[in-house]
Amino acid sequence: MRITFPYMGYYSPVFSNLFRKLGHDVVPPPKPSKRTLDLGTKYAPEFACLPLKILLGTYIETLEMGADAIVSSGGVGPCRAGYYTRLQEKILRSLGYDFTMYTVEPPKGHMMQLLKTLRAFVRVPVTKLFDAIVTTCLKLWYIDEIERLCHKIRPLEVKKGTSTRLMEQAVAEIDKAESYGDVRDVGRAFIKKFNEVEVEDRDPLKVGIIGEIYVVLEPSANFEVIENLNKMGVYAHRSIFLTDWVKENAFLDALRIQPEKEIRSQAKPYLNHAVGGHGENTIGETVRYAKSGYDGVIQLVPFTCIPEIVARSILPRVSRDLGIPVMSLILDEQTGLAGVLTRLEAFVDLLARRRMQSGELPA
Amino acid sequence: MRGYLGIDVGSVSTNLAVLTEDGELIESLYIRTQGQPIKAIQSGIGQLKERLPKDIRIMGAATTGSARKLAGVIVGADVIKNEITAHAVAAMKVVPDVRTVLEIGGQDSKIIIIRDGVVVDFAMNSVCAAGTGSFLDHQAARLGIAIEDFGDLAAQATTPVRIAGRCSVFAESDMVHKQQMGHSVPDIIAGLCQALVRNYLNNVGKGKDIQPPVVFQGGVAANKGIKAAFEEALETEIVVPPYFGVMGAVGAALLAQEQIEQTKAETQFRGFEVSDIEYNASSFECTGCANRCEVVEIKQDLTVLARWGDRCGRWQ
Repeated sequence: MRITFPYMGYYSPVFSNLFRKLGHDVVPPPKPSKRTLDLGTKYAPEFACLPLKILLGTYIETLEMGADAIVSSGGVGPCRAGYYTRLQEKILRSLGYDFTMYTVEPPKGHMMQLLKTLRAFVRVPVTKLFDAIVTTCLKLWYIDEIERLCHKIRPLEVKKGTSTRLMEQAVAEIDKAESYGDVRDVGRAFIKKFNEVEVEDRDPLKVGIIGEIYVVLEPSANFEVIENLNKMGVYAHRSIFLTDWVKENAFLDALRIQPEKEIRSQAKPYLNHAVGGHGENTIGETVRYAKSGYDGVIQLVPFTCIPEIVARSILPRVSRDLGIPVMSLILDEQTGLAGVLTRLEAFVDLLARRRMQSGELPA
Repeated sequence: MRGYLGIDVGSVSTNLAVLTEDGELIESLYIRTQGQPIKAIQSGIGQLKERLPKDIRIMGAATTGSARKLAGVIVGADVIKNEITAHAVAAMKVVPDVRTVLEIGGQDSKIIIIRDGVVVDFAMNSVCAAGTGSFLDHQAARLGIAIEDFGDLAAQATTPVRIAGRCSVFAESDMVHKQQMGHSVPDIIAGLCQALVRNYLNNVGKGKDIQPPVVFQGGVAANKGIKAAFEEALETEIVVPPYFGVMGAVGAALLAQEQIEQTKAETQFRGFEVSDIEYNASSFECTGCANRCEVVEIKQDLTVLARWGDRCGRWQ
């Protein structure tokens, strides 16, 4: 099998590595580009959301490069994305591609199906499998830790560009590390390097980033919103990291522990019903950000995303009740950065003035 | 005579304004950008030079609008600010206790909520341009009437027809249908104004706490039909400032003044001569890494004035 999968932020090399360790050839997905989106929008239904279009475009690109198996996630609950692999499979087959589609469902209610899917991948002895999984988890964990640090340090770095370069080096080095010990050493070394970056001594404005998981995780789908905020000197905290999500949905959920309960209880006064996707999280996280002293929240909404639309219509009340400014960025096929930068700049201006008024020093 | 210069380079128009130290407008200009911002800025500066008193001394300059960065490099700006802030500042100068600003331009429309002199919330149109000036321009042209007469015609309406305002394409086909049914032009135009206002309030103004005093600015504020439709929908009086079309530039000039007075710095303004300088804008793809950033380079003769577009900062 020549496996491919959706491109997602810095995680892609880790997944390539995992599939290789499981005994497969891999066609690493290219970073979503103008061509990816062109292909996606050409063959996807017009009303589908941006993630479906980007993923479809990515699959076409990788199938052209020789992939014959696609691995993607499914989903439960009232969000269309749970059905996207089926739809994409139909579209791709109608275009004449021959391949196998593997949908990895969350364990909740689909445990047997998940195990069956996973069994199809494993081509190596159990000991090697164990090693591959453990090393992959550690890689993901370090990438998340280092990226969190990057988002924190970048707005304050004295020499502009240091953090971004360091982050890219870290991902490349972690990718190269083979054993558990190597990954740990490389990870630790980069955490140390990040902590040694020369930074300004000030308290930056803090913004929480919430919304649909794919556009939150993949910078090319969200106009690099975090990097752009960082460049304006603002600390942006991403509400979703893959290791958190996997921990919550794959492991703890399978053990019938529900850590998401907390975020749901935060959302409860405003939204007490599953609306699919990250709709409840969007509300719950906003409450959490407001309570932890953040200056503002930015919601990333793929155009026509139902869970986020539901959340968006509730957010003004949350914003009013808790006094935290919220801005929604709607993401679709447009790629013009100027309009987004204007909105970000204006939002940052608004937050800075608010802080000034409340008597603290401007950031 | 001392003055402050503000330049607002938008998608459709490039506006310039020069204010006195007391915030009085000395001169303002409205030029079509026509996709050539550098040329528009230079021609604007050239025309300003002709029209301004000979003894004028520019103490500070600021740029805003979607080409604010480019404009800032060309003229040498002390402040480069987004248009939300610029519009809010200008509206507060005209109506100090303003609480809502409605702004509709060529391709952008925005709403700004102000409380106690501070912007507390705002929104801009997202994926749809149905509520903006370009759409009105297009429909006026199709009906064969001058956009300037739009408002007066709308005022003659007896029974405005209902037009679907959600999407400009559907609005147009709805309009054609109503025309073919025999409705009068004033009734159709009044209906169109109402549709546009409805669309604006449902999209841009959705969930916003709109409180009077309300100021309406931007090019579309010239249209009395839209103003009347807003007044009807919001059940409040709408103030259209005298220089509604150049409020972004006025705001920029005010921001320049604020900055210069605070820092007591010398202005970066390169002088009115910038209208005669040859600027070259070009771009190249950086091959330094996988990001392949498109880097824009602005040159004056052989000197590089500025570069941007690279994510890592190596070219800046």
